[in-house]
Amino acid sequence: MDFWPTVFVFVLATFIGLGVIRRVSRLLHTPLMSLTNAISAIAVVGSILVTGGDYPLRIRILGAIALFASMTNIVSGFLITDRMLKMFKAPDKPGEANR
Amino acid sequence: MLYGVSQFAYLVASACFIFALHWMNTPATARKGVYAGVAGTAIAIGATWAAPTVIHHLWIILAIAAGFVVGVPLSRVPLTAVPQRTALSHAFGGLAAGLVGTAEYYLQLSEGGETLTAFRMVALIAEVLLGYLTFTGSLMAAGKLQEVKWVPQRPVTYPLQNVINLVLFGITVALAAALAVHPASSWGTVIFPVIILLSLLFGVLLIIPIGGADMPTVIAILNSYAGLSAVAMGFVLDNKLLITAGALDGSSGLILAIIMCKAMNRSFTNVLFGAFGQVTQAKATGEQKVYKSETAEGAAQVLEQSSLVVIIPGYGMAVAQAQHKVRELYDQLKKRGITVKFAIHPVAGRMPGHMNVLLAEADIPYTDLVEMDDINHDMPQCDVALVVGANDVVNPAARTEKASPIYGMPIIDADKARTCFAIKRSKNPGFAGIDNELYFADRTWMLFGDAKAVIGDLVKELAAGSGRH
Repeated sequence: MDFWPTVFVFVLATFIGLGVIRRVSRLLHTPLMSLTNAISAIAVVGSILVTGGDYPLRIRILGAIALFASMTNIVSGFLITDRMLKMFKAPDKPGEANR
Repeated sequence: MLYGVSQFAYLVASACFIFALHWMNTPATARKGVYAGVAGTAIAIGATWAAPTVIHHLWIILAIAAGFVVGVPLSRVPLTAVPQRTALSHAFGGLAAGLVGTAEYYLQLSEGGETLTAFRMVALIAEVLLGYLTFTGSLMAAGKLQEVKWVPQRPVTYPLQNVINLVLFGITVALAAALAVHPASSWGTVIFPVIILLSLLFGVLLIIPIGGADMPTVIAILNSYAGLSAVAMGFVLDNKLLITAGALDGSSGLILAIIMCKAMNRSFTNVLFGAFGQVTQAKATGEQKVYKSETAEGAAQVLEQSSLVVIIPGYGMAVAQAQHKVRELYDQLKKRGITVKFAIHPVAGRMPGHMNVLLAEADIPYTDLVEMDDINHDMPQCDVALVVGANDVVNPAARTEKASPIYGMPIIDADKARTCFAIKRSKNPGFAGIDNELYFADRTWMLFGDAKAVIGDLVKELAAGSGRH
């Protein structure tokens, strides 16, 4: 197998990641962590292939558990990130004194 | 044809993920980032599910349904429990990677093992090793944060700890190398489970010597591992979406870990192999110093007279669930035309950004949450620095005391304010077990008690006082 293309993708994606993450607001580091958590649960792709394929039973059981774990991360990760981000409010609009 | 469609879907999903993280650069666009992430995930799941090799659908539906059943409640935990939840989800991520790796190994072996090239085998072992290590390590971290009974809270150390860990790691690497050279050999089925067991054990051993103050770094490192295990899975399955998403997660964890380490003036190796608790126990001696304590009434009077108040929150605020009372205090002071800012140390709390989320929950506008480096210029002009459950992050010993374990750590200059009030639950030293010189400084007065109760008293005094004027 020619693995060079995949290694290229990995290195370039890491550079993009470092560049993008470095500019993430420090206020949002907790939501960032839950968001990247949900995103990396894209491992769900591997679990679906293993669970749904025409394979021996014990292998599909492993896949189903993995699918459950990834799906839990996707659901709870995105929901809690959104819940936290909703709380970050800009200052009240004019009309309020003392600013 | 179909291959092209699914690859295109994966490409779109990758772009969605990059946008998702890009939009996190300001709170104003951050929620768009979540939607982009959801879209990317949905596209990827759809494209995979439609693949011709996926023929059994019932189990997929059941597992996804179970994921929703567990995932929804997990997203509604109180915000003070967010560090535990995050650690738990790293554990799930690691478990998924480990299990898929295990399944792939036995699958390819049962098909003759010709597909197990050395490169794929290395990727597979990396996936399994990182996956299971992250699984048990994150479970331990979650247990420590949740203060589960059977998980030791204090760092656990024993003689030759690092040597034992290194030897175990050496054995694992040796076994992995043997398997990579002869991927399809008959003894592989014996070695592979041993590697799994060693990885599980390694995760536990890595976390038990780590104390609560180092949790932000450790969570960030585990985040990085979870991402890297997804990358390894991508190498095994030759799936570029997995590699991209995993690399984004891995680099995010890495950057957060570096920020945390810098904020503590420590190195990676020191956090992972240093055992913070050990160093500090030695220096509990020293002359008895005296605290000056102040009443809520007195403190309220000083607060009323000030024009700039800086509140410095720490883990104690989270423990006491005091953020809503802090908001009431903020309102009382704002009403009087006093400028109130919050000084946020990067490692305050138990995970990166912990304090910001708690204060945002209490409806404090994020423009009043100021980073350490920005607020320190203003500290000499600050009339009152109010320390709410923070300890090491305001300890001036970090500047002067070479023998102190926190020496060199950047701190918030609470001691430079004209007056400093420190709220503290008891007279015992903080988590790291270090005496805090700030509490004995000339301009510092202590407010002893539970953070929530003390701030409640301050609010009451201020509310009553405003009637008199």
